[in-house]
Amino acid sequence: MMVQPDIGPALSGGALIGAASVLLLLADGKIAGISGIVAFLLGRPKSGTGWRIAFLVGLLAGPPLVAALAGHALNITVAATWPTLVAAGLLVGYGTRLGSGCTSGHGVSGLGRLSPRSIAAVLSFLATAAATVFVMRHVLGHVS
Amino acid sequence: MVDPARVLGFLDPFGRWDPTLAFVLAGAVAVSGCGTLVRLRMRRPLFGERFDLPASRRIDERLLSGAAIFGIGWGLAGFCPGPALADLSLGLPAVLVFVGAMVVGMWIHRLTTRPSPKPDAAALRGAS
Repeated sequence: MMVQPDIGPALSGGALIGAASVLLLLADGKIAGISGIVAFLLGRPKSGTGWRIAFLVGLLAGPPLVAALAGHALNITVAATWPTLVAAGLLVGYGTRLGSGCTSGHGVSGLGRLSPRSIAAVLSFLATAAATVFVMRHVLGHVS
Repeated sequence: MVDPARVLGFLDPFGRWDPTLAFVLAGAVAVSGCGTLVRLRMRRPLFGERFDLPASRRIDERLLSGAAIFGIGWGLAGFCPGPALADLSLGLPAVLVFVGAMVVGMWIHRLTTRPSPKPDAAALRGAS
């Protein structure tokens, strides 16, 4: 059983993500790795904040911009309970630091340069993510 | 990607599989790959002094276990850092809870990780 994907919007959206990453790389020489950007800023650094803050501002402005262009608010569905959200957040925060990246750093930038480290990281987090969903939905019977 | 339901649908091939995220990733990596081809022809970025690329090429335990842990968190709620931050603009308490916990998780990693040992001046001088 498969959901019919919205291929056009998905490819374009992905291409935009890729373009953002390429723009940052070719213009400033930086990798658009969001977990790294956030972690760096959390360390209250004295320098190197400019491009990072600008990138995050742009990121936060994305959905409202899309909503304005589309003429309707963005709707997302969050089924996770608050304890699950807390556990998820802790694991994502800890894991992305330990693993030096997330879907943007490893998935978009890393795969785009055929980095062996990123390929390994992506395979690792895709595998555990799918396994987690399997256990949550099909073993434990949670609606997630 | 900002909708956890879509993300979890992609991560659920045994359920109602939603392949949309695969196309998002394909589009992103395709463009990113083109960017790499362009970068290889450049000595330096347009406005910077050099390309700041990760130096390490080692696939080590930290990388794999970190990615694995991140993946579990991702699979639990369908949020990863980028989309979660973007979703903050929606004003949903659930997103705030996730992002707050994510910040705490990052902080816990910083607190519990000893920086890799660097040779200090005394060691370099051969002092005991």
